[in-house]
Amino acid sequence: MMDILIKNLPILVVLCPLMTSLLVVLIPNIIFSWGLTTLSTFLTFLFSILLYQEIQIHSYISYAIGKWIPPIGIEYIIDKVAIIPIIIISGISFIATIFAYKIMPEEIEKKSVSKVYSLWLLAVAGLIGLVTTGDAFNLFVFLEISSLASVALVAMGAQKNKQALVAAYNYLIIGAVGATLYVIGVGLLYGITGTLNMADLTNRINDLNNNKALIAGFGFMIIGIMVKAAVFPLHIWLPRAYAYAPSAVSVLLAATATKASLYILARILFSVFENSENLINNTLFFVILPLSIIAMFAGTIMAIYEKDIKRLLAHSSVAQIGYITLAFSIGTKASIAAGFIHMFNHAIIKGGLFIAITSIGFYIKKRVTINNLSGLGRAMPITFFCFVLCSLSLAGLPLTAGFISKLYLIKASISSDGIWIAILILISSALSVVYLWKMIEVLWMREAKKIVINENPKIYLSLIIITFLNIYFGLDASLVVNGSFEAAEKLIGDLK
Amino acid sequence: MISSTIGIWNYWIVFCLMMIGLFLVIGRKNFLKKIVGLTIFQTSVFLLYITFGKIKGGTPPILNESVDTIYSNPLPHVLILTAIVVGVATTALGLAIVLRINSEYGSVEEDDISAQDLVDYHDEIETGKSIDLKFKQ
Repeated sequence: MMDILIKNLPILVVLCPLMTSLLVVLIPNIIFSWGLTTLSTFLTFLFSILLYQEIQIHSYISYAIGKWIPPIGIEYIIDKVAIIPIIIISGISFIATIFAYKIMPEEIEKKSVSKVYSLWLLAVAGLIGLVTTGDAFNLFVFLEISSLASVALVAMGAQKNKQALVAAYNYLIIGAVGATLYVIGVGLLYGITGTLNMADLTNRINDLNNNKALIAGFGFMIIGIMVKAAVFPLHIWLPRAYAYAPSAVSVLLAATATKASLYILARILFSVFENSENLINNTLFFVILPLSIIAMFAGTIMAIYEKDIKRLLAHSSVAQIGYITLAFSIGTKASIAAGFIHMFNHAIIKGGLFIAITSIGFYIKKRVTINNLSGLGRAMPITFFCFVLCSLSLAGLPLTAGFISKLYLIKASISSDGIWIAILILISSALSVVYLWKMIEVLWMREAKKIVINENPKIYLSLIIITFLNIYFGLDASLVVNGSFEAAEKLIGDLK
Repeated sequence: MISSTIGIWNYWIVFCLMMIGLFLVIGRKNFLKKIVGLTIFQTSVFLLYITFGKIKGGTPPILNESVDTIYSNPLPHVLILTAIVVGVATTALGLAIVLRINSEYGSVEEDDISAQDLVDYHDEIETGKSIDLKFKQ
């Protein structure tokens, strides 16, 4: 029994949320549908932990769907790289589901709550599938499953604020164009290599250097994925979508949605096209490096001037994605590892910040803008305390998870002769303190309005869990750091 | 030169459709027309795949006695079958959202909608009046 379970883990992490999403939609009761969703995300998390243990033994698992031997059939690949985003997505979605219990029925009509949970699970399934699949076209299908589900989730925010509809519409159009560009790229590559399996593509690309169709295909694929990963300047859909989505959905999307696409970006750059070194080095240096540096500053400065807190956090996400792609663009083993470390840490930091802000919004029954935060920190000490800890983590203070990622990022950029990159990172982190301080100041220093708020344990439970993670991985980061270095080694080998 | 340019006329059709679609998505301010553009854009990609799969003089890929039959590659067609389904889902979701936008805003023109949004945003941020009162009290 256990044997069969272990053998089928790569497909179970995808099927578990996918199949329960079909069941959840049939359950009209809010509590039961939430229970089933929690169970499903918990099982997915459990499976991904088991998968992590398997990976420590085998280091590479290939799963042939329907026993069709790859490269003919669709292959699911789990290795030391893929396991990181799988754990991030399944873990955060579990925490976000716990958070959703109280907050979801408040913002969404009773009769559509179970449908929202169904979409929720579908989005999770799509994101995990995106990471596990080893087939370039199958990846497109998962890309669309996850983004269509997320679009519908964002549009559910319309019951609270009609601007959610426009946000969802823009997300849909930009996302669909991105996905279609990716398909063009895959088509061109299929035309010249005759295969869709990623491992097989790597081998066949080997003797096709300087083929024009190869370069064009590569460009289309990268741009398509960059749209989904919200790399500057293709991030335009992100701030609105995160700001107007229902609270719980913002938590889920902010912490997980772009991570899967960032992983795909790393995989295309360093694994699928590993043999066309010129192409990759040029792309990294002339495209991704400048864009990431601009993203770091543009995102941070936009956040400083933003007054709507959810949008502020979304702009800050753009900057943080900039750090991750910057780490990839340096292209050494240490820097790619730093990218994965920050990917993990950013998920728990942004998850925590969004949970804190949306629960403040829940208590004050208004949209959270900088003006109506005054003095709320005193009225809700637990939420405020966790919010401050997560903010410190985002700014990168020692003893928090954010510090570890900044440390490795700066170490990696210095060791590859990029002192100026390290300096830019430090400046951008210093700027991020400006917007974080702006929020903390208003929350704590301003005159308090006379409101009494009873903090609900059902809401701050998930916040405490995620804040604890922020502190824990700041004190003992060995798990994340070792995992990321193994992943980086798997991606680019021992050469560099 | 000319014959090779005209010889790949199917690619030219793909190219033209792709640009028309992309132009509609980027250039039009009407939300409905953008979806039309998106559909044309996606359809051009379908044609691109089908073109890859076709070989001149190729037969349908059915097994027969003679070994050296030239046959067209069936895989692109199957892939595009999947992509069509995805495209239909995208269009359906887009149209549903446009319907809701029309009932909330009374317009599907981007300019009208962003003007309304701007007024709301100003009210909300500068004067502190929240429009988010649909939270259940």
